[in-house]
Amino acid sequence: MLEVRNLTKRYGDIVAVRDVSFSAAQGQILGFLGPNGAGKTTTMRILTGFLPATSGTAKVAGFDVFTESAEVRRRIGYLPENPPLYAEMTTEAYLRFVARIKGMAKDTIEDGIDRVVKLCGLETVRGRLLKHMSKGFRQRAGLAQALIHDPPVLVLDEPTIGLDPRQIIEIRSLVRELAGQRTVILSTHILPEVSQICEKVVIINDGQVVLEDEMKNLTRSGSLEEIFLRAVAKVSTPEAAGVSTER
Amino acid sequence: MRNVLTIAGRELRSYFVSPIAYVVLTGFLLLGGWFFFNLLARFNMLLTIYSAQQNPQVLQRLNLNEFVIAPLLHNLSVVLVILVPVITMRTLAEEKKSGTYELLLTSPLRVSEIVIGKFLGSFVFVLLMVALTGVYPLVLFAYGNPEIGVVLGGYLGLSLLATAFVAVGVLTSALTENQIIAAVTCLVSLLLLYIIAWPADSAGETIGAFLRYISLTEHFGQMVKGVIDSKDIVYFASVIALALFLTHRSVESIRWR
Repeated sequence: MLEVRNLTKRYGDIVAVRDVSFSAAQGQILGFLGPNGAGKTTTMRILTGFLPATSGTAKVAGFDVFTESAEVRRRIGYLPENPPLYAEMTTEAYLRFVARIKGMAKDTIEDGIDRVVKLCGLETVRGRLLKHMSKGFRQRAGLAQALIHDPPVLVLDEPTIGLDPRQIIEIRSLVRELAGQRTVILSTHILPEVSQICEKVVIINDGQVVLEDEMKNLTRSGSLEEIFLRAVAKVSTPEAAGVSTER
Repeated sequence: MRNVLTIAGRELRSYFVSPIAYVVLTGFLLLGGWFFFNLLARFNMLLTIYSAQQNPQVLQRLNLNEFVIAPLLHNLSVVLVILVPVITMRTLAEEKKSGTYELLLTSPLRVSEIVIGKFLGSFVFVLLMVALTGVYPLVLFAYGNPEIGVVLGGYLGLSLLATAFVAVGVLTSALTENQIIAAVTCLVSLLLLYIIAWPADSAGETIGAFLRYISLTEHFGQMVKGVIDSKDIVYFASVIALALFLTHRSVESIRWR
């Protein structure tokens, strides 16, 4: 469903993402782990069509992200690190706007809104302005906009960051519920989250993939923390990472 | 088309759910009303003086179009040069700041749909501003006899001018995520285009003609006089098309940078 091959993104001398390759099968929940600045958000932005890669390929649902961008964008639900909300709109008006720009058929929009409002627990704030909502509700509104057009692929960038423990549990169980039919790629640096929800793990550090494996294989060789620390320790010098240090 | 209307609708609605629309409309009409009142008062005074002096030559020359409507339209155009940058500064710059730019560009929307939608939203709002000032000529028609063709021509000119302003405003908003930079760049660009023909008289033949051709005031001035020449309409259409084309390229560039 998701196939990334040798993806590289350069900003002048800085290599944000270097030769990244990984894949996710249909219905899999893939955990995308890495320290801050590792390249998780950049990779996700390339997958969702926001940024172009410098080289490499990425395919979503069989469509190439660069040459068939519109097809890919139709099939992805994306929740960026900061939910893309229009502060002056109500939850309902916002979801209606997103439903329209995602190309939903007119007669399916109202049902779609009802469905995601229920799914994300937004009934009590349906008519409230987004700027008057707490972080937890705003995050849920962001998730709702990613889900409203029923996409086969979900890209979630740190979906539980800043939420309180109860909200975190709710979002996690929601993500678990959603997979099965959907492919989910979720980035985080909260390791317990990955152990609980994800079936596959990709660890990225300094722009490179240092580990790609199924969850069931990993838990045999130690706790996820140990595996993570071992994986990111291997690539601790710029030379080892292959990043250009020439000036 | 549906996407264009969705984006334009959202843009227009956002003006009216915040104080922006009300403050801008009130301010604009307040100024317009003040200009109108003063121009009309002065016109009345001139009429009184010259009728008392029994001067038929000057009295012949005194007409509402030249002495009230034309200066009114010119004054309104100057106010628009100041207000339109402030109205359009947030169209794309704010989206970048608030993260919704990412939403638009990761949705199955074409760049042209985004650009035209944004432009259309601001355009309708500014057109509403101009249309509301139509109440002043209406008052004149009730009490006087201005030439309707000239009035309509002048208003067409003001509408085209305002549309060109909006297009430039959307362009400058696309180039930055800082609204102040967008507003100032637009204001300076519009002012430059406004006064660019100042040295035209003392410049050479070709340079003078060139400066006059690219000057907003020259073409607007012609339409206010009541001259509807295709040359002027083509000029405004070109400015609008160029600004929107450059906006399209700027928004699209994120896909190939």
